[in-house]
Amino acid sequence: MNLQSDDFELFGLQQKFAQDRAIIDARWKDLQREAHPDKFAAQGAAAQRVAMQWSVRINEAHQRLKDPLRRAAYLCELRGAPVNAENNTAMPAEFLMQQMEWREALDEAQDVEALDALRAEVGRRRQTLLQRCEQLIDVAQDYAAAVAQVRALMFIERFAQDIDNRYEKMESRAG
Amino acid sequence: MALLQISEPGQAPDPHQRRIAVGIDLGTTHSLVAAVRHGVAECLPDAQGRVILPSVVRYLQGNGRQIGHEALEQQIHDPGNTIASVKRLMGRGLADIANAAKLPYALVDGPGMVRVRTIAGEKSPVEVSAEILATLRYRAEDSFNDDLYGAVITVPAYFDDAQRQATKDAAQLAGLNVLRLINEPTAAAIAYGLDNASEGVYAVYDLGGGTFDISVLRLSQGVFEVIATGGDSALGGDDYDRALADWMLTETGLTADTPEDQARILAEARGAKEALSDEEIVTAEIELSSGSVDLSLNRDQFEACTAALTARTMTAVRKVLRDGKLAVDEVQGVVMVGGSTRMPVIRRTVGEFFGREPLTNLNPDEVVALGAAIQANQLAGNNPAGDLLLLDVIPLSLGIETMGGLVERIVPRNQTIPTAMAQDFTTYKDGQTALALHVVQGERDLVADCRSLARFELRGIPPMAAGAARIRVTFTIDADGLLQVAAREQTSGVEASIAVKPSYGLGDDQIAQMLQESFTTAQADMKARALVEARVEAERMLMATRTALAADGDLLSGQERAAIDALVVALESIRTQDDAAAIDTATEALAKGTEAFAALRMNRGIRQALAGKNIEAV
Repeated sequence: MNLQSDDFELFGLQQKFAQDRAIIDARWKDLQREAHPDKFAAQGAAAQRVAMQWSVRINEAHQRLKDPLRRAAYLCELRGAPVNAENNTAMPAEFLMQQMEWREALDEAQDVEALDALRAEVGRRRQTLLQRCEQLIDVAQDYAAAVAQVRALMFIERFAQDIDNRYEKMESRAG
Repeated sequence: MALLQISEPGQAPDPHQRRIAVGIDLGTTHSLVAAVRHGVAECLPDAQGRVILPSVVRYLQGNGRQIGHEALEQQIHDPGNTIASVKRLMGRGLADIANAAKLPYALVDGPGMVRVRTIAGEKSPVEVSAEILATLRYRAEDSFNDDLYGAVITVPAYFDDAQRQATKDAAQLAGLNVLRLINEPTAAAIAYGLDNASEGVYAVYDLGGGTFDISVLRLSQGVFEVIATGGDSALGGDDYDRALADWMLTETGLTADTPEDQARILAEARGAKEALSDEEIVTAEIELSSGSVDLSLNRDQFEACTAALTARTMTAVRKVLRDGKLAVDEVQGVVMVGGSTRMPVIRRTVGEFFGREPLTNLNPDEVVALGAAIQANQLAGNNPAGDLLLLDVIPLSLGIETMGGLVERIVPRNQTIPTAMAQDFTTYKDGQTALALHVVQGERDLVADCRSLARFELRGIPPMAAGAARIRVTFTIDADGLLQVAAREQTSGVEASIAVKPSYGLGDDQIAQMLQESFTTAQADMKARALVEARVEAERMLMATRTALAADGDLLSGQERAAIDALVVALESIRTQDDAAAIDTATEALAKGTEAFAALRMNRGIRQALAGKNIEAV
């Protein structure tokens, strides 16, 4: 094991999509207990530098492993199917139609209840796509198809962020 | 005043000897120092038995100054030279400070940060804070009758990079070895969590004199994981005083035109606010140059004229729960921190929101310093069996300005630190050989709405077609939450980097200059100080190396061991000479020479962490 090990190896996990979040978090804490710079505060500059490198690497892996979307993208990349989100934004027409409907619903939302309803619907859609990812990656091993799901999930993620921003605007007006 | 004491050769300090490490809460209204003694964290009192030091510094003609209670007593008589709430000025330019005109002292814009004009000259907020920190340092040294090994200083979780850097500079200026900057709500959670053996998700609502933080943490087996943090670094009890003072003036028709009057009405408002925490109705005796009025006010009136402030804190609370993807009922307890949480309206509002009574069993003034002391004790290596671990986050997103004044976010808020994140950029003109980088912090999309942290240039990019260069910009945030930015053109290897310091922090030469000019320790010859510091650092490095060799020396080949031993011998002999630069060089050589060994030790540690936790079966 070294700084170049992949995230799964570093965390002692099997290289697959389906993971138990509680185990990921527990491993993260076990590793940080060993590597965090605070553990080496009284041990000189060399130990501090090494600890900083490892601690950063462990946090990076944790960020990727704990978030199902990023975990899926990472797995696709490890299996030779990078997502390339910047260069490939083509999406099926049906998906784009739904995005437009959601955008309209967000624009028209007047109260917290409307936002709650929209957020719940987006959450359900996200769950469906994640289940599809699991099937495509862990069972069918069809990474090209999984990448398409990951891209759709990235749109959904951004939209969920926009909903949160709207909550904030609504609340600061009320306050 | 003695600096760090150095043992004579042959009298090296016993490696098992306790190192004296303290936690310091550098607050807007008051500051405290605490330490772990006999296994228990406690706040250290001054000679009069008081643990609270008002964060007030009064400058006198010449080189004199009063700090703490003495300065506070003189505040209404000499408001122009008596600096209170200096924390609100840390890392701030004049344009950042709301109500600058209403402050009883005069601000001038300085390079990077405002300065306060006093009878003793212009003072940087860093210098003023250093006076407070040095007072606490002397108090701790007197308590233990010994020198300090180091200190953990607390900062509001919502402090940005400039404010953190300014705080660290102040501590260094006060002659403190900063073991770590930690966030105030996290420190409070340590004191609270360890005291109550709590597990699960807790919120810390920290409303101090000038800052508001809300953090949500998960506590499990000594690990304090911050899930999300938010707040407002310019919202606190001071604002309640000001809102009430404004209301009092409107109600009485009086005006406060002089600095004395302004200081007086603020003091009166603060007194009434504090009294209203116990009483339903109070009478304020307002005596200003424009007239005197006895004004009766009740709790409802106070709560009405400050309602907007309380609402602002609750907006931040809701945002943090959303960021942490948590529902209100997932929070098992709410810890109240900061003197301003004594206001009944705060306890009631927070209690109603979370649907449970907030926890107030620890003194809200002391809890932050106590938590910092526990962490300091652990960082100093006094508690080898301790399994306390803080996993904190950055409060605000960090990014780079791109075309059109937009922000490209590189590190999102609530990322666990330490962290490093990179993004690739390219050139937009043919033959472009330089790229200007502007580092900003904040959540807004426009650069103009974010805080500018630093600007630097990557030069010497080989001429290429537009879009062909690949410039990787890496943001590294250390465990103190401080940022370093590096840029590297990938094809040519041209590099540039910056510790985000120059625009707000102080350069080393500036610190040296301040020390010589005015500071209490200025009498100490700079050269002597450098030598002392070099020796202390050498001693630390030697001790660390000996401990590491004793524990894991078996990882080294004979040849590797001999190389390290040679560096140790070299440093030991040069340490007794009087050449600070040579000692520093030898210390750094030992640090470099043991890096591979440190990496081997880390690998062993990591393997042990995962031992017995094999990849689960399919």
